[in-house]
Amino acid sequence: MPRLASVNELEAYRARLAATRDPTRPCLTVCAGSGCTAAGAGDVLTALRKNVEKAGLKDGVDVKSTGCHGFCERGPIMIVWPEGTFYNKVASSDARAIVASIADGHVPVEKLLYRDPASGQAVVREDEVPFYARQRRVLFGNNGRIDPKNIDDYLNVGGYAALGKVLSGMTWEQVIDQVKRSGLRGRGGAGFPTGVKWGFCRQNPAPRYLICNADEGDPGAFMDRSLLEGNPHSILEGMIIGAFALGVEEGYVYVRAEYPLAVEHLRVAIEQAENYGLLGDNILGSGQRFRVHVVKGAGAFVCGEETALIRSIEGKVGEPQPRPPYPAQRGLWNRPTVINNVKTWASVPVILNRGPEWYAAIGTEKSKGTMVFSLVGKINNTGLVEVPMGITLREMIYEIGGGIPGGKELKAIQIGGPSGGCIPASLIDLAIDYDELTKAGSMMGSGGMVVMDESTCMVDVARYFMEFLEDESCGQCFPCRKGTQRMREILTRICAGHGKEEDLALLEDLGWLMRQTSLCALGQTAANPVLTTLRYFRDEYLAHIRDQQCPAKVCKQLIYYEIDPVFCDGCGACVKVCAGEAILGEKKKLHTIDAAKCTRCGACMEVCQPKAVLVSTGAIPCPV
Amino acid sequence: MPSLKINGIETEVEHGMSVLDAARFLGLPIPTLCHDDGLTPAGACRLCVVEVERNGTRKLLSACTLPAEDGLVVWTHSERVERARRLLLELYVATCPSSKRIQDLASRYGANICRYDAEHEICIQCGLCVRMCEQQMMAGAIGFAGRGSNRRVSRPFDMTSDRCRQCGACLYICPVCELRCAGPQADTTLCSGCLNFATVCLQSYDHAMCSLDPCHACELSGPFRPDVRVKNELLKIPTGELK
Ligand SMILES: Cc1cc2nc3c(=O)[nH]c(=O)nc-3n(C[C@H](O)[C@H](O)[C@H](O)COP(=O)(O)O)c2cc1C
Ligand code: SF4
Ligand code: SF4
Ligand code: SF4
Ligand code: SF4
Ligand code: SF4
Ligand code: FES
Ligand code: FES
Repeated sequence: MPRLASVNELEAYRARLAATRDPTRPCLTVCAGSGCTAAGAGDVLTALRKNVEKAGLKDGVDVKSTGCHGFCERGPIMIVWPEGTFYNKVASSDARAIVASIADGHVPVEKLLYRDPASGQAVVREDEVPFYARQRRVLFGNNGRIDPKNIDDYLNVGGYAALGKVLSGMTWEQVIDQVKRSGLRGRGGAGFPTGVKWGFCRQNPAPRYLICNADEGDPGAFMDRSLLEGNPHSILEGMIIGAFALGVEEGYVYVRAEYPLAVEHLRVAIEQAENYGLLGDNILGSGQRFRVHVVKGAGAFVCGEETALIRSIEGKVGEPQPRPPYPAQRGLWNRPTVINNVKTWASVPVILNRGPEWYAAIGTEKSKGTMVFSLVGKINNTGLVEVPMGITLREMIYEIGGGIPGGKELKAIQIGGPSGGCIPASLIDLAIDYDELTKAGSMMGSGGMVVMDESTCMVDVARYFMEFLEDESCGQCFPCRKGTQRMREILTRICAGHGKEEDLALLEDLGWLMRQTSLCALGQTAANPVLTTLRYFRDEYLAHIRDQQCPAKVCKQLIYYEIDPVFCDGCGACVKVCAGEAILGEKKKLHTIDAAKCTRCGACMEVCQPKAVLVSTGAIPCPV
Repeated sequence: MPSLKINGIETEVEHGMSVLDAARFLGLPIPTLCHDDGLTPAGACRLCVVEVERNGTRKLLSACTLPAEDGLVVWTHSERVERARRLLLELYVATCPSSKRIQDLASRYGANICRYDAEHEICIQCGLCVRMCEQQMMAGAIGFAGRGSNRRVSRPFDMTSDRCRQCGACLYICPVCELRCAGPQADTTLCSGCLNFATVCLQSYDHAMCSLDPCHACELSGPFRPDVRVKNELLKIPTGELK
């Protein structure tokens, strides 16, 4: 293991690596991200290794596990290099055919190729898959190429070159200036200009600290985890550069405890970087000293808030603190501290490598670069997507996401995590950037994107998010603790058909109050789902209140199930699944539902072959 | 010495003072529920919010936790602040209708409707008792436990702590232990305010308020008092010309 004592040694080592690595040598990379592992990537890897050995190709073919490619739904995913053949839904039983195809001169295994559902055409390379074609994977692109536990893999794709550049003669002012000029804004939610934040912090006296926020408490979001697991060195490199620019000797990564693989990969990366002389004392002979500590988070959503996170690292209760003073003035141990998100740190090497102008050319006027979204919900292709800022929702949903399943209509898109807002389908041509989203009442947040179709009740959605936020509020400040509770109560009442028209004004007043007076951003943004649904889907609220109807037929207290006498053939399947014993009727005869016993679970509707079970909303008609 | 502008008044204050201290130094009343001069600030009740201008944007920030810094521009009783306090107090009254302190503040800030069902909570989590016990009584016998709606003041393992000196300071300082008067409307959520009045200053001088609390002019039956205004409207006397 080399200890690199200067930038020149780093570059010499990189050249040596490139020379020993034959780019034409076949390599089978299997995604070992959390999604693919759950789908059986581990078995695929074992089977591939076994088959390679059996075929006597052990010296000619490499088998490697890599990080997440984003298209987790189609996992396990693998790629055959050097051709870059993309296979999806691979099973361990396919291993023989894959290895045989390499021996046979790389004829792709037809049945493992991705088929475009629109055209039915098989696609060979990853970048030709429609899911990837519109993406711009600046941060995630290397995930599928490198083994996260092998620093040489990272060096081989140009890793630590940005650090080399910084340490061979740049001043800290120049580094901060480049970050400023790139227009990078924090990827943790609020979108504060990163370079400006660094500049503020550097004005204050040393010792200073830096923190990588890898708490990722948003339910359903796993962008940061994928990067930590798949390419931990890119984050470390960003932090080391930050440490140089900010004059920091001590840094922390705050990872949630539910991410053991991320913690392990991070620890391995730190150890390797230290052994190589890229981290620790006298980095690359420059005299710069920087140590990174990994801290495991307590797993509360609010601990992602920067001041709460700082308290948590200090060993105190993770409750947010009033700002100002901002962390850049007084943060960890009361010292000036820069805290940035995982993706923000990982963007830093890219900016220094390619130059701020290159980076700033991606995106829109005020939102530069790429953003990673976790696309989930009623959409055909779920997964992680990295796109240039300014891409429209239409491109996102129909081109990358492949549209809405089951031929249903798009209704709304909820962006920005639990406290983001719901954007209606009518704004489908909205360009996604910080300011446009804010204008529409939503926010960028961490990049959660939940697609909803016509079968979603917007009042119920608002109620669901409020319930989450009520549970996650730290409870220290009054408007947030009581506001979330009262909002949840009012929304629950509306969903049950007991709402009053005055409730809507009350919800708006409460939302305003929480936004204006809450101590931290959790309370300040908690009303977003309510305020945006009120703004765009007021009719739906009114239908619940005035007519006791749930137009989407979701709210249990406002729906009832019936059996259509024309279609029911008396098969009795519904009786078997009904846990409430609410269905009456003899075999081969018409069945009926006793509304008083029915729990509205919908199980009967699912099993009825002739589709005789109907769901309606409104008052239950009087049986004649 | 930091110099800042509060309600248009240029003022210089000592280092380490908060905006709340500075405003009170000028005699401007700012309502608080979680603040006490002898204890560290908490920023929990949010009642002391003031409108602050920095870098061209105006935000509400809690005055008790905001350091009085050079160049700050502060409004202690702007319309936005008054609205926030009124809505906050509506929520407070619903939470703890039995507290005299809250009822008085509600009438002072014009919270004269309450659209929520009353809850009768026994604590608003202002933390005054916890800080009092720790910082003044040097006992540290009580603390907060739990999160969100489960957050509560408690003793270690929920048992009477032998660190407690039974001094009663925690009871003395608690703003909701103080019972409201059992006057004529004792059973309603809002006791309708023996102190109810409207602020003249806000209507005549935008965003500014005089220092007397309650204001002398408001106590006289001036033209801006709501009851007088209603009467004037009935008599078709234009309010503006009455000055
Ligand atoms: C309730 C709450 C939760 C948050 N959770 C996270 C999180 O999980 N990860 C994160 O990077 N930022 C989170 N943030 C934002 C951070 O407070 C902070 O703004 C961010 O880490 C700064 O980094 P950036 O400038 O790179 O965005 C959260 C904020 C709030 C209010
Ligand atoms: S806004 Fe909510 S989460 Fe933030 S400090 Fe207040 S109670 Fe805690
Ligand atoms: S499953 Fe459908 S067809 Fe069969 S008895 Fe029930 S309602 Fe009738
Ligand atoms: S909805 Fe559920 S409870 Fe009601 S009748 Fe059907 S199966 Fe039974
Ligand atoms: S009575 Fe006990 S708990 Fe209360 S302030 Fe005194 S020592 Fe603390
Ligand atoms: S018991 Fe009283 S003083 Fe203590 S936190 Fe609750 S309301 Fe405040
Ligand atoms: S885990 Fe394999 S693609 Fe995401
Ligand atoms: S007194 Fe300032 S928040 Fe309570």
